[in-house]
Amino acid sequence: MNAHWDWNYVHEILPILGEAALITLQATLLGFALALVIGLVLAVCRMAANPLVRHAAAAVVEFIRSTPLLIQIFFLYYGLPEFGLALDAMLAGLIAIGLHYGAYCAEVYRAGIDNVPRGQWEAAAALNLPPQATFRRIILPQAIPPIVPALGNYLVALFKETPLLSAIGVLELMQTAKILGSESFQYTEPITLVGLYFLVFSLLASALIRLLERRLGVRAAPRS
Amino acid sequence: MNESPASSSETPMVRFERVSKRYGALTVLDQLDLDVASGEKVAIIGPSGSGKTTVLRVLMALERIDDGVIHIDGEPLTHMPQGDGLVPADARHLRKMRSHIGMVFQHFNLFPHMSAVQNCMEAPMSVLGLGKEEAHTRAAELLTMVGLADKLDHHPAQLSGGQQQRVAIARALAMRPRVMLFDEVTSALDPELCGEVLNVIRELGSAHQLTMLMVTHQMGFAREFADRVCFFDAGRIAEQGSPEELFGNPQHERTQQFLRAVMEAI
Amino acid sequence: MPANRTGPTGSSPAAGALAAVAILGFAGGLLVSSFAGFRDFLPELLRGAATTVQVAAGGSLVAVVAALLATTARLYAPLPLRWLAVAYVELFRGTSALVQLFWLFFVLPMLGISLSPMTAGIAALGLNIGAYGSEVMRGAIEAVPRGQWEAASALNLGRFRTLRRIVLPQAFVAMIPPWGNLFIELLKATSLVSLITLSDLAFKAQQLNQTTLRTVEIFGIVLLIYLALSLLVTLAMRALERRAGRRLLRGKEAR
Repeated sequence: MNAHWDWNYVHEILPILGEAALITLQATLLGFALALVIGLVLAVCRMAANPLVRHAAAAVVEFIRSTPLLIQIFFLYYGLPEFGLALDAMLAGLIAIGLHYGAYCAEVYRAGIDNVPRGQWEAAAALNLPPQATFRRIILPQAIPPIVPALGNYLVALFKETPLLSAIGVLELMQTAKILGSESFQYTEPITLVGLYFLVFSLLASALIRLLERRLGVRAAPRS
Repeated sequence: MNESPASSSETPMVRFERVSKRYGALTVLDQLDLDVASGEKVAIIGPSGSGKTTVLRVLMALERIDDGVIHIDGEPLTHMPQGDGLVPADARHLRKMRSHIGMVFQHFNLFPHMSAVQNCMEAPMSVLGLGKEEAHTRAAELLTMVGLADKLDHHPAQLSGGQQQRVAIARALAMRPRVMLFDEVTSALDPELCGEVLNVIRELGSAHQLTMLMVTHQMGFAREFADRVCFFDAGRIAEQGSPEELFGNPQHERTQQFLRAVMEAI
Repeated sequence: MPANRTGPTGSSPAAGALAAVAILGFAGGLLVSSFAGFRDFLPELLRGAATTVQVAAGGSLVAVVAALLATTARLYAPLPLRWLAVAYVELFRGTSALVQLFWLFFVLPMLGISLSPMTAGIAALGLNIGAYGSEVMRGAIEAVPRGQWEAASALNLGRFRTLRRIVLPQAFVAMIPPWGNLFIELLKATSLVSLITLSDLAFKAQQLNQTTLRTVEIFGIVLLIYLALSLLVTLAMRALERRAGRRLLRGKEAR
C-alpha cells in the first residue's frame, strides 16, 4: 500500500486500461446509436394521431426518465432471462443505455420538430405531399441540424454513465480499474487515471459541441 | 413660446464638451458639444445609428465616454476635481451625479416581480432613505398624476404597454430628478397607446421646471413640445434650432433627406 | 436578448404525461404486487428507500450550498477564487459521478481520509449535482435582461442592492424548473451508492434478488418506488414554482 503516486505502477496498468478504454468507447458509440433510433421512434409515437399511442409514449418517456439507469440495467440483465431471453452483460447494458438515453433524445427530437414552422406542413399539404414524405423529406431535414448540439450533450452524458456497466461486470474502464485496484490494493492510480480519461474526453467533446453550436448559429443567421 | 437656447450668462443644466464615444472602430459620438438650459425641453431626432440614444446613455452614466467632459449644473459628471485637474469619476461621485437625473427606457424595464407602487418605492427607500410610508405616499401621488391611481398593486404583466410606461415615468420622478431623459419611450408601444404616454410628458413639461431631453421618432410631438430640436447625424449635431426653423426650413441636406423620408413613411 | 423562458411554457402537455405516468404506475404497481407476494420483501425495500431518501436529501443540501458558493465565486470573487470555482465545476461536470464516488470512497482512504459510505455518497453526489447547479444559477442570473440592471442603475441602486432586490428574485423563479430536473437526476444517482456497500433501495433490490431470485417483481417494485419519489419531487417543485412565479408570470414577458 502506498499513499503516493507510483509511476511504475502507472506504466504497468496503462496498457490494460487502454484496452478497457476501447470497450468504454465502443459502448458509448453503440449505445448512442441505439438511443438515436429509439428516440426518434418515441418522438414519432409521441406525435401520433392515435391518442392512445401518444399518451403511452409520453408515459414511457416519463417513466424511463424518472427511474435510475442502474436499476434499468439490473432489470434487463437479471430480469430478461425469466422471459427466456438471456443476454450477455454488454448487450443488456447497451439496450438499457439505449432506452434510457432514447427517452431523453425523444424530447430533443420533439423540440426540434416543434420548432419547424407550421407553414412548412401547410405548404407540403398544399403540394399534396403525403404525410410520411412530408415528415421524412421536409420536416426532419429542417428539425435535425438545430438540435445536433443538444444531442451532442446527451452523447457526453451517456459517455459519463457507461461506468454503470461495471455493476453487471462488463469489463469497461471502471470495472477494470476496480479489479486492478483490488488486486494490488492501490486504488489511487487506476481510479484517478479513469477520472482523467473522462475529464479529457468530456472537455474535448464539450469544446467540439461549442464549436458546432457556433457554426450552426453562423449558418442559421443568413437564412432567417 | 419659443425661448432661445441657453443664454451664455447662466450655467447650463447639461453641458457636453467635446464628448466622444467609440465602440471599437465605430465612433458613435464625435466631439459632441451640447448645452441644455435649466427647464429647457430638447428633442433629439435623427436616423438610427446617429448616436442619439448614446447621448442619453452616457448622460445617465450607463456607458463611459472616451473623451471630453459632461457637466451637470456646472459640476463634471464623468470626472471629478482633484488637485488642479480632473480625474475620472469614481463610483461614489457617479452615484451623486446620477441622483440629478432620471431616465425612461424604450422597453420600460420595470421590475416584473414588483407591483407598480413597489417599483416606485424601491429606490426612494433604499437610495434616498425614505421611510416606507413616505415612499408609499410619494409613489401613490405620482402614480395618480400619471393616471394610474387604481393600478397601484398591479404587477407589470397585468398592465398594458402604455400603462407600464407611465409607471416607468412615475418611478423615475420618484427620485426627484432635475433632468429627465426619455429614450424613444413610445417606440415599443402600439400606436393607440402612444397618446396616453405623450400626454403625461406634456403635463410634466407644463407643470414643472424639469429639464428634459428626449430621443423620439414622433415628429409631431417634437414640433409641438420641444423648445429646441437637434438633428443628429454620424455622432454630431448636424443642425439644430427651434421646431419652426428645423421642421419648417431645414438648411442641411441630410436634415431635408431625413425629414422627407419620415414624412413619406407616414 | 434571450427571453426568460421558464417552466410553465411546457407545463400543460407535461401535466398530461405526469397524469398518464401516475395512472400507469399505479396500475403497474397493483399488477406487480398482486402476483408478487410483496409482503415478503416490501418492508426490506422500504428500509432501503429510507436510506435512498436520506442520501438524496443530504446530497440536495450539499448541491445547493456548493452551487451557491461556486456561482458567487465565479461571478463576483477575485481571480484565484474564481479559478478555483471554475476548476470545481469543470472537474465535476467533466468526470463521471461513479468515478467521483469511487474516488472519494477508495482513493481518499489511501491519502489518509476515510469517509463512511453515507458521507462519501452524500459528498460525491452533492458535489456532482452542485457543479451542474452552478451552471444553472449562473445562466439564470445572466438571463435577467440587461435593461433591469440599467433601470436599477438609472435609479441609483447599488450593485449589491440591485442583485439582491432586482436580479436574484427574478433569477430564482427561472431556476426552479432546472433545479427540479437536477434533484431528480440526484435521486436517480443515489442508486450508485449501492456500489459502495450502502444499503439503499438499489442495494436491497440486488440483495433480495440474489436470495429470492424473483427478479422481475423485485426490480419492478423498485422502479415504481423510484418513480413515486421522482413524481413527489416534480410535484413539490411545481408547487414551489407556482408560488414563486405567481406574480411574475401572469403575462408572458414584462421587462
